[in-house]
Amino acid sequence: MTARLDRWRARSEYVVMPLGALLVSAALFSVFLWALGKSPADFFALIWRGGFGTWFSIQNALLRAAPLILTALCVALPARLGLVIIGGEGALVIGGLACAVISLPIAGVWPAWAVLLVMAVTAALAGGAWIGMVGALRTFRGVNETIAGLLLVYIAVALLNFSVEGPFRDPASQNKPSTFPLPAEAMIGPIPGMEVHWGLIAGVVLAAAYYVLIDHTTVGFAARVTGGNIRAAKAQGLPVGRLVVGFSMLAGAAAGLAGFFEVAAIHGRANASLAAGYGFTGILVAFLARHNPLAILPVALLFGGIAASGGLIQRRLGLPDATVLLMQGVIFVTLLASETLYGRIPFFRPADERSAAR
Amino acid sequence: MTSDPGIWTVLLAIFAGAIRVSTPFLFVSLGECLTEKSGRINLGLEGTLIFGAMSAYATAYGTGSPWLGVLVAGFAGLGLGTLHGLLCNLPRINDVAVGIALMLFGTGLAFFFGKPFIQPAAPRLPGLPLGDWTGNPAIAAALEINPLFFVGAALALLMAWGFKTTRWGLIVRMVGDSAAAARAMGYSLSQVRLICTALGGFLSGIGGSFLSLSYPGSWNEGLSSGQGLIAVALVIFARWNPLRCFIAALLFGGAGALGPALQSIGISQGYYLFNAAPYILTLLIMIASVSPKRSLKDAPSELTITR
Repeated sequence: MTARLDRWRARSEYVVMPLGALLVSAALFSVFLWALGKSPADFFALIWRGGFGTWFSIQNALLRAAPLILTALCVALPARLGLVIIGGEGALVIGGLACAVISLPIAGVWPAWAVLLVMAVTAALAGGAWIGMVGALRTFRGVNETIAGLLLVYIAVALLNFSVEGPFRDPASQNKPSTFPLPAEAMIGPIPGMEVHWGLIAGVVLAAAYYVLIDHTTVGFAARVTGGNIRAAKAQGLPVGRLVVGFSMLAGAAAGLAGFFEVAAIHGRANASLAAGYGFTGILVAFLARHNPLAILPVALLFGGIAASGGLIQRRLGLPDATVLLMQGVIFVTLLASETLYGRIPFFRPADERSAAR
Repeated sequence: MTSDPGIWTVLLAIFAGAIRVSTPFLFVSLGECLTEKSGRINLGLEGTLIFGAMSAYATAYGTGSPWLGVLVAGFAGLGLGTLHGLLCNLPRINDVAVGIALMLFGTGLAFFFGKPFIQPAAPRLPGLPLGDWTGNPAIAAALEINPLFFVGAALALLMAWGFKTTRWGLIVRMVGDSAAAARAMGYSLSQVRLICTALGGFLSGIGGSFLSLSYPGSWNEGLSSGQGLIAVALVIFARWNPLRCFIAALLFGGAGALGPALQSIGISQGYYLFNAAPYILTLLIMIASVSPKRSLKDAPSELTITR
């Protein structure tokens, strides 16, 4: 009985600590708002109203949670192998661009389902290749994966700008250069009864699949061993290089799909709006979920809600649109600072250890 | 020179651009060089660069003095660097992850407080007109060089000399190369690293002030676009040598000036691809300069990023 209780205590650390970090950052941000002469109570009430208070705002939150789930998976999967790859924004942009380009000759010619299938596969492959490249550079050349991933974000955005300004530009898009739009019938509709597109379902399914893959299969176990101790993994004869490249590709495929849904369900074309920062918020989501694919789902919803309430905060409190970004920064810093407390708070330790420590 | 003015225009523009664009790279990479020499990495310098640019611009606009802006930007960077140093001194904290968090935090701070300063024009840092004697307006414009460039160059020399010969330089190198040896000599690792990280932040903040007060010389949210990050990668290319940081910064400045230079003679095809040139160059150089087989020569061995 006590053994069971102890286990729950030990596990609860992984829920209590991130929640505690969230509360601390909310407190810090309240002090900041108060110093600026704004009411913290109003601020958090507006986040609640804009993100979760009504059916409309919940749908809005879910709409933004969908790409966050997918880009967070892009961070979480390599993290389990001990890699900090934060290039999800680049994979999203490349996925979106690639599927928009491939749709140009077939949209309106092929049946809609075939167009969408080809687009989805292309986006996943493009995103997978993009982050797979980071994994391969790490494995075969020893290039630091964090810097390489981030550089590839800027390269992806430059490729997007080049493509929509040049070879794939729709001459009708004046102010905002874009690729040619998809015909209406080749767009993804909402989930029946909601205004949220199917990207949400795809995110949930993929998160579940990645959870099973990493926590309940042999390959996943090998990946976790690699993340725990790469030398031990090599000594065991695990194919570390192939694992790193393979999981990087799976990670990038998720972010690439996020790009597909942004194109096929929201914008209907590829343009600069693809680089809306979902890839960067996804980093925070993955870290807060401690790189657990299932925990990503509620965290993505939370940040989707915060993002959805941004407009309301801007209008009502007269705060700039970067307020959400700044709050994310505060949360991220607090969250990482809380890492230092893991295993040091006696409450979470088993009873015998606690008495021994005393 | 008369046969093909196009080529000469491009070369002159690249040369001038290299000097103009390289200054932020120079300051950030020198700051990062100092931090990394002490065995720590700060990926957050991208955020520091943006925050420095914003605070310099706001100060210059508010007070009318661009040099005060430079100073404030330095102290803004010092603040972020100190925060990074303090967080990384806590046990079990990954300095790469903290760097990413501070990148986000610095960007958030800059965008939040920078909103009101996107429209108004602040006084800019004056350049030194070094090319007036030529009588050629194009060359004169190219040779109008910001004093911060020379400050950076002098700093590179000073740092190279300092690492090599001074007691402080020795301590920093020892802390970065062998924690055990430094502990045995009775130096506090966390103190030395904190100081190096904070000073690294100070230099990056100054690099940011150059962006908003000299070139391109205005504040907007896309101002830095990864330059802080390139500068971090550039330190690896420069093998943790301040003098080579200077050369590398010039090289990257030149790469950054390629797109606008070609556009100036009417080659606008692929302008956005040329904009990607510095990033691609950084990636290629990283691929070429590291190897999985041997650990990097000259790298501080306590540095997590190369282990």
